Amino acid sequence: MLHTKSIVLAGVGGQGILLASEICAQAASFAGFDVKTNEVHGMAQRGGSVVAQIRYGAQVHSPLVSRGEAEVLMSMERIEALRYAEFLKPDGLAVVNSQVIVPVTVSSGTAVYPENAEERLRAAFSHLIYFDANQIAVQLGSPRSANVVLLGALATALTDISGQFWLDAIRRCVKPAYVDINLQAFRLGQNMKNNAVVTE
Amino acid sequence: MQKLLSGNEAFARGMYESGVKLVVGYPGTPSTEILENVAKYYKESVYCEWAPNEKVALETAIGTAMTGARAAVTMKHVGLNVAADPLMSLAYTGTPGGLVIIVADDPGMHSSQNEQDTRHFARFAKIPILEPSDSSQACQMLKKAFLISEEYGTPVIVRTVTRVSHSRSLVKLSEPVIPEREIAFQKNPQQFVLIPAWARQLRVKLEERLQKIQSDSETRWEIHQVEYRSKKLGIITEGIAYEYVREIFPGASVLKLGCPFPLPENLIRNFASEVEKILVVEELEDFTQQQIRALGIPCEGKMFVPKIGELTSDVLRQTRIKMHEAGWSCAEDAEDDEHPAPQLHLKGCKAENGDIPSRPPVLCAGCPHRGAFWALKKLNCDVTGDIGCYSLGASPPLTCMDTTICMGASIPMAHGMQKSGQKRKVVAVIGDSTFFHSGITGLMHMAWNHGSATVMVLDNRITAMTGHQDNPGSGQTLMGVPSDAISIFDLGKACGIKNIARFNPLNQKEAQDVLKTAVDSEEAWLVISEAPCVLAQKRRHGNVRKIDPEKCKKCRACLKLGCPALEATAGIPSVNSIVCNGCGLCNQECKFGAISEIEGTISY
Repeated sequence: MLHTKSIVLAGVGGQGILLASEICAQAASFAGFDVKTNEVHGMAQRGGSVVAQIRYGAQVHSPLVSRGEAEVLMSMERIEALRYAEFLKPDGLAVVNSQVIVPVTVSSGTAVYPENAEERLRAAFSHLIYFDANQIAVQLGSPRSANVVLLGALATALTDISGQFWLDAIRRCVKPAYVDINLQAFRLGQNMKNNAVVTE
Repeated sequence: MQKLLSGNEAFARGMYESGVKLVVGYPGTPSTEILENVAKYYKESVYCEWAPNEKVALETAIGTAMTGARAAVTMKHVGLNVAADPLMSLAYTGTPGGLVIIVADDPGMHSSQNEQDTRHFARFAKIPILEPSDSSQACQMLKKAFLISEEYGTPVIVRTVTRVSHSRSLVKLSEPVIPEREIAFQKNPQQFVLIPAWARQLRVKLEERLQKIQSDSETRWEIHQVEYRSKKLGIITEGIAYEYVREIFPGASVLKLGCPFPLPENLIRNFASEVEKILVVEELEDFTQQQIRALGIPCEGKMFVPKIGELTSDVLRQTRIKMHEAGWSCAEDAEDDEHPAPQLHLKGCKAENGDIPSRPPVLCAGCPHRGAFWALKKLNCDVTGDIGCYSLGASPPLTCMDTTICMGASIPMAHGMQKSGQKRKVVAVIGDSTFFHSGITGLMHMAWNHGSATVMVLDNRITAMTGHQDNPGSGQTLMGVPSDAISIFDLGKACGIKNIARFNPLNQKEAQDVLKTAVDSEEAWLVISEAPCVLAQKRRHGNVRKIDPEKCKKCRACLKLGCPALEATAGIPSVNSIVCNGCGLCNQECKFGAISEIEGTISY
């Protein structure tokens, strides 16, 4: 029996984590797997730390990912990757957007944003794809598609879901007017695989 | 056909497939999307509406179900406290049409003020409660709940939790089955008029009904699930906890209770006689464990499974470890060794360093509530708060709310504090939706009894925290039909408040003047902060702001607003132009004129 595989998506409320989660789940479902996902709503639009989880396999029970279990961790903000790092397998892939969003706790002076965040990411993750997805999305003319760019990079680690299913899932989950641009965003993300840094 | 649906989407689907006539509720995380999905996908066949509160919602549904039509109500766990009054007596009368109440608990309090366990209400009211564990069961059990409700003439609670409502899984869709029957109220005072003489008769019937339900639930309903694997350990579980049990104890025998109240006693006795030891795994209270022990069946549960917070696979893994340590070994669990606990990976991450700054939710950039709080902060008052986005005003750096208890509590509490004789003035802060929900009676009370507190209603014409649902002040119904928007100003007048003023919270001078007048007065005041929710209006209030580093004196006064668009790690603050919604509070606050507008940036 195929073991259940897990994906964790992290970011800040408003960055499009819920859509990314829906696309992952749909792609896994198109590939013929049983799927469960989990999201946190309510506070999701209020700038807080947000996480979504997807699990797929022959038969999935829990919708929640255990610590140390995820194949892939994708983060739309750099320190959010550190916050949820404990979910990733030791040899799992981290796909991290280099964007910085300063929390209010830092701006108001009660906490400090780690200056060495990038260094720590490189130390924390043995397989890391780290790049500015916002810049790619802006160049594409679709600033809100940074989430799908990152999904493209994430998909490279999940070889049991072929590329076609991802594209079909985007067609299913994204509003018709934005399908083409998001398909492009996804392909640009897939190319970022070449940027992967593997440290042992 | 199979479709990936969230638990809440599956409940909406279940309503459609059951031929429900009316669904009504009050928004509350994690229940809100049930009604939203009914309105989005099924409004051609299912009539739906938001009510001002849960009591009104349930009473509306009772009316519909009394005509023989099917009706459903949705709410979060604390909403059932508000609807408890009709519920407890409805249990006596029942309704000819199926009546199902979906209640969403929030273990772990992701978005709630307490962690109460709705199963207690089922026992309190003496009615059955069903517990689905994923989206497929959400749809199927809801359909079953209508059949049960009609067969026994009882309301039925379907209990969901955050991880069922907000998880997606595959659901098999079927065509709706619309019950064919005449829809008309049949007068029957002995059944529907609860005067003491008739209520006493119904009280006896209530017990008889519950006994029948208890025996039928185990023999006829096909709602419980028995799975025998290793008989050294038998686990009795229910709802979402079942899914974690299957992950962590893959080799154990399991009895999954689809209806934890009334308890299927014979089923439990049989299961107990088959297995060596029994562990009860339930989220939150030891509701089922206590009842099983009362049957004289030895079992453990809360000795190993926490009653506080959510269960997860990780939490149950700890349970296993505790069981081993206590000599409650489950090494007999054959698949054990194939499922070792995952290795943790801690290099440089939060768990190792503990220095990742927290990122709590905050009032949005451009949120008009920030202006109202900022004006209030200048006055030395005690502030009784309420339930909504504005409870975020209690967090630093605004730190502008001193109490939050429950929906509507702010106004009577302010009145009570002021009546204590304390010198400092008290201001109640309440949103428009919460005011309509249960603030009006408090205002009436304060006006009637010569109160002297100030009530500030944050009126953005929408129920914002739960994701922008319409309320009586919005000017349209859930199904998009225009209706009159109720005026809070006029309501205040009708309640007998003599001093009422409105202000624009984004104009600080105006806001501060109005609030100062109110707070300095010896009389009760109603002040209404009027500005739309910036997320709901989907445009900025004004041009995006920028900070001139030449003029900025690094006093950091603007950062005290706690606006997520104002960023500073060290040195000169800056405005994040993607996040800024142009409310202009920061430039009103800057004494050095360092903050200005970027022309032509008002639209996204």
